[in-house]
Amino acid sequence: MFEGFFNVVKKRFNDNEEEVHEVVRCPRCQTNILLERYEELNKVCPNCNYHGRLSAKERLTITVDKESFREFDADMISRNPINFPEYEEKQSEIREKTGLKDSVVTGTATIKGSPVVIGVMDSHYMMGSMGSVAGEKIARAFEYATENSLPVIMFTASGGARMQEGIVSLMQMAKTSGAVKLHSESGGLYITVMTDPTTGGVTASFASLGDIIIAEPKVLIGFAGRRVIEGTIKQKLPDDFQLAEFQNEKGFVDMIVERRKMRSTLSHLLKLHGYYPQGKEV
Amino acid sequence: MDNNKSAWERIQLVHAKGRPTVNDYLPLIFTDFYEMHGDRLFGDDKAIIGGIARLDNMPVTVIAQVKGRNINENKNCNFAMPHPEGYRKALRLARQAEKFHRPIVCFIDTPGASCGVPDEERGQGEAIAKNIAEFMTIRTPIISIILGEAGSGGALALGVCDELAMLENAQYSVLSPRGFASILWKDASREQEASEIMMITAEDMVNLGVAETVIEEPLGGAHNDLDKISENIKEYLSHKIQEKCEKDIDVLLKERYTKFRKIGEFTE
Repeated sequence: MFEGFFNVVKKRFNDNEEEVHEVVRCPRCQTNILLERYEELNKVCPNCNYHGRLSAKERLTITVDKESFREFDADMISRNPINFPEYEEKQSEIREKTGLKDSVVTGTATIKGSPVVIGVMDSHYMMGSMGSVAGEKIARAFEYATENSLPVIMFTASGGARMQEGIVSLMQMAKTSGAVKLHSESGGLYITVMTDPTTGGVTASFASLGDIIIAEPKVLIGFAGRRVIEGTIKQKLPDDFQLAEFQNEKGFVDMIVERRKMRSTLSHLLKLHGYYPQGKEV
Repeated sequence: MDNNKSAWERIQLVHAKGRPTVNDYLPLIFTDFYEMHGDRLFGDDKAIIGGIARLDNMPVTVIAQVKGRNINENKNCNFAMPHPEGYRKALRLARQAEKFHRPIVCFIDTPGASCGVPDEERGQGEAIAKNIAEFMTIRTPIISIILGEAGSGGALALGVCDELAMLENAQYSVLSPRGFASILWKDASREQEASEIMMITAEDMVNLGVAETVIEEPLGGAHNDLDKISENIKEYLSHKIQEKCEKDIDVLLKERYTKFRKIGEFTE
């Protein structure tokens, strides 16, 4: 589940050491791409169309209406439920490095005018793993949406449950799934957008419960990690195993949507369910 | 109860040959057990059995993960690692129980869900997610009991309940200690160390609010007195199901949601 990190390498183009270009290597097709070009393309590989990992901030910027995002629970940070050695220290370090408080950002926003509750997971924070904070924020987001008759859009990106919180992280699967279920029973629309990677306990809970499940091209989606399966069956798996296209073919993903079309697709789907700008039908 | 055993010692105990499995308990706790097969979608998974039985006189639905008692039984039940169709069978039977107002008893005993190519192809993640979400609002009492080991989402898929009990030496964990050591320290051989810091014992679960009850095992472990441990389980179930059946179902569902809703430690 930890495979596929973008391997950022500094590559010197000239021997005279003056001009230095940063290059990223696509984890799917191994093509080297100039970082500048990659950023221009919103981190999509121009060769194979793999949709790379965005930060929560980048995702919100390209998804919701400008300045419409209002964050929930911005200061929530986790404690150390099983007293795991050095967990607090590790978290402080990552908080400093990423500017995030934990692996998910939630809040309200509008998409082309339609109001939504939105959650975005960020794989740069401990691989997007779900512990107490992610569980609580996601459950609260769904509860808020239920109370206010709002749709929910979740961008998932996670290695699964946060190991350092032990059984408490497993229970977040029940907490989030329960909140999704109550939102669903109230008639609310829930759209999951699976991004790279969506695996483990997140796949086995709220990520798989969307009324509509969208995935970005070439992203990794699965329950068990590739290495775990390879270790069990003692053979190498094909390259396309557990990619979005595989899940689409097997019937677990409704549609694969490119990043550049995501915002308009979401907007159309929201309107098809009656969620119009400012709550008015137009 | 024996409070002096380490988590590691308890792991050895539940993995020891002769540890009773659900097939040992069923005839001693229930009567008139009729097994039902299949998920009506793909097939019948042998790692999860389910059916209708009587507890005292009351009809109940029983859903259980099955460990083998020897290598052949283990091959047959995939070492208690269910496939997606096992979880979907469990959900089918739970819905049936809801329809006919039967309480549900789940027995959990699994190292985790099956992790293979066919499991991914048939949506292991979706099957587990669906069970977790649906069990949250099934309108009949659900009691789950962990008999031996309960690993990861594969256990939780039968663990969304009104009350969770654990046999004294049973464990519940986000991942096997071996897997935990392998992921966090890249060294599976440190599994004993992992088992001691992960908080996986029945006592830990009660302290963390994950389990409500610990069922006492006979001295030295459940295998030493099958009649006695079965009696303890039966006594617990009879009492608990009665208690839950007397509750208004909407109150019960609210309490079920709250039980999981409040687990987690954070500051804001």
